[in-house]
Amino acid sequence: MSCAACDSKCVNVIEKFPDKTAALTAYMASLPIGPDRNLNRGLLIQSLHKAQGIFGYLPEEVQRFVAEKLGLHLSEVYGVISFYSFFTTKPLGKYQISVCTGTACFVRGAGKVLDEFKRYLTVEEGETTEDGKFSLGALRCVGACSLAPVVMVNGRVYGNVTAKKVAEILSECN
Amino acid sequence: MSADKMMNVTINGMPVQVEDGATILQAAKKLGIKIPTLCYMELDCFNFEHRKGSCRICVVEVEGRRNLAPACCTPVMDKMVIHTHSPRAVNGRRTVLDLILSDHPKDCLTCNKSGNCELQTLAADFKLTTVKYEGEQSVYPLDLANESIVRDLNKCIMCRRCESACNEMQTVGILSGVRRGFEAVVAPTLEKPLNETNCVFCGQCVAACPVGALTAVIRNQDVLDALNNPKKTVVVQTAPAVRVAIGEGFGMEPGTVSTGKMVTALRRLGFDAVFDTDFAADLTIMEETTEFLGRVKAGENLPILTSCCPGWVKFFEHQFPDLVHIPSTAKSPQQMFGAIAKTYYAEKIGVDPKDLVVVSIMPCLAKKYEAARPEFTRDGVRDVDIVLSTRELVIMLHEAGIQLDLLEEGQYDNPLGESTGAAVIFGASGGVLEAALRTAADWLTGQDLQSVDFTAVRGLEGTKEATVEVAGLQVKAAVVSGLGNARRLLERIRSGEAEYHVIEIMACPGGCLNGGGQPYIHGDTTILEARMKAIYDADKGLPKRKSHQNPDIIKLYEEFLGEPGSHLAHELLHTHYVARGDA
Repeated sequence: MSCAACDSKCVNVIEKFPDKTAALTAYMASLPIGPDRNLNRGLLIQSLHKAQGIFGYLPEEVQRFVAEKLGLHLSEVYGVISFYSFFTTKPLGKYQISVCTGTACFVRGAGKVLDEFKRYLTVEEGETTEDGKFSLGALRCVGACSLAPVVMVNGRVYGNVTAKKVAEILSECN
Repeated sequence: MSADKMMNVTINGMPVQVEDGATILQAAKKLGIKIPTLCYMELDCFNFEHRKGSCRICVVEVEGRRNLAPACCTPVMDKMVIHTHSPRAVNGRRTVLDLILSDHPKDCLTCNKSGNCELQTLAADFKLTTVKYEGEQSVYPLDLANESIVRDLNKCIMCRRCESACNEMQTVGILSGVRRGFEAVVAPTLEKPLNETNCVFCGQCVAACPVGALTAVIRNQDVLDALNNPKKTVVVQTAPAVRVAIGEGFGMEPGTVSTGKMVTALRRLGFDAVFDTDFAADLTIMEETTEFLGRVKAGENLPILTSCCPGWVKFFEHQFPDLVHIPSTAKSPQQMFGAIAKTYYAEKIGVDPKDLVVVSIMPCLAKKYEAARPEFTRDGVRDVDIVLSTRELVIMLHEAGIQLDLLEEGQYDNPLGESTGAAVIFGASGGVLEAALRTAADWLTGQDLQSVDFTAVRGLEGTKEATVEVAGLQVKAAVVSGLGNARRLLERIRSGEAEYHVIEIMACPGGCLNGGGQPYIHGDTTILEARMKAIYDADKGLPKRKSHQNPDIIKLYEEFLGEPGSHLAHELLHTHYVARGDA
């Protein structure tokens, strides 16, 4: 890895977590990867999805790993990651809070809920708290509009959320 | 779908028959109907087509179709009826142009691409009199960190031609669209500045960019400063491919050989001596052919790859770090010239190398990067101080009011101005190899052979292969231009699938005549064909056509270097490569 320019904090997760790397290697070995990069391109999103599932995020070395396996340019892999808000190049918190700001939730006050989370956690949308416990994000519709406004924490859905309920939701995260 | 099936379509009331799979744009072209394009790019002679349909400026009306169809990427269907300038089509195009301009800086007067911008041309063709929408403006910092290319993404119109040039044609693969919606932009790998990526500075992205988003670094002021510094002796060298393209900047017919006029123009600008990179190209042949024959005789470390092209050199350093031992160690002509100018010539005229400024006029943007490589500096003095592209010289001459087309023919100065036909053909793909074969044939037979034309290695095709008999030796040779073709060949070499004795590789498709610093061709590849013909005409017109017969080269070895491959020759004329790997 060409990490010489990086100032200390940088950890190469591919080298640091051999078990995780082995899991990603095994997954990618199961894919029908061929010599034609134009066909391999079709395997990129699922590979990134898996990689993020394993490592929690997609740092440069993981992007490079996936690019090499698929015979794609790193620039292309990065382009796809930057396109989809689901993919992240920074580690997420232990608890991933997603406030739905889809139309139904928005008209029923999701903005206020989001602001309350920001205030409580002192982070902006898309950021992670310094202790690595919470990351805050917004998403568009989880398909539970009748419960609007909706908040998701690590896959669990909270309905009819108001600003007042924010503290309670956070206190459940231990 | 079978390609031989013909489609009958009607465009603007005129019937036309085209092959199945042809686009509306191609069918219209057949009828001589022009449909404006912007994101579309076609380079006929390289079979290269970029049709992403992203700009929508080429929309036309198709009867029975609800929306307007982008002509560049809509295949025709049998019995299709098309209107290219119906009110609806024309209004659609105007709206597209208005929207593109809504997020484009309208600073044409001070834009590097002004006069060569396809968006500016469209706005002029449409005679826009107002800016209809003042939209939100993108704000991106400029990338000014490298020697060759300036990226100003505020001007990007997301046509993505640069991406195709970088990824598909050159397979350098550092450019990609990132993010989405209004924030979408083309960025280098991980959004790093170009000099921290695998970019080889070939400049094909600059040649592809229709607007001012990608342009070249301009160093004209540095040259003017040097010329006006009484303490400095300023000499200039001109690359082979410049003389067949510079005339285009003065309205001359493409393919005009302007060598003599260019020499006069440079002398009028105030250079103390006007020299020729062709002299150094002859020198390159002396060194490279010696190395080549040595390796062939020893039967080791083959194939030998040419090393004149700095874009190609950086490409293999990144992409084939395991093969850095096979290219010739000979420096490029530009750098050989610099090294000889700052030693042999400086001594001859009694000038301290520190006070001698070497300026290069190159068809290339990578040459700017090459001249700045640390190994080409001795005792803190660069061998080549300033590199200008052909386009920059055109600007300098226009600014100085020197009308190249009206000038009388001048002669290069001595002793670094004498050259042969073998040198001028360096400017076309295949030329370096042909020049080396001319010298190798004479050296191996000990004769002055009359047949000097190795036509099998000429032409604009991306990959040319030939087995050439040179004095009883069957030389298996390949000539490759365009880095995508180079990658494919190198992969075959690496796997042992292909075996050659010698391979010439140039980064730009067609060679230096299509360099990233040449006058823009805007997709008209007949210009390249004209430039190529001019190069071989120039070769034919020269009294001497073999490098080793250049009298000043012979003198240089007698007076200074000893013999090709000597210790001093190695010190001054050879280099080493860096296994950079993936950046």
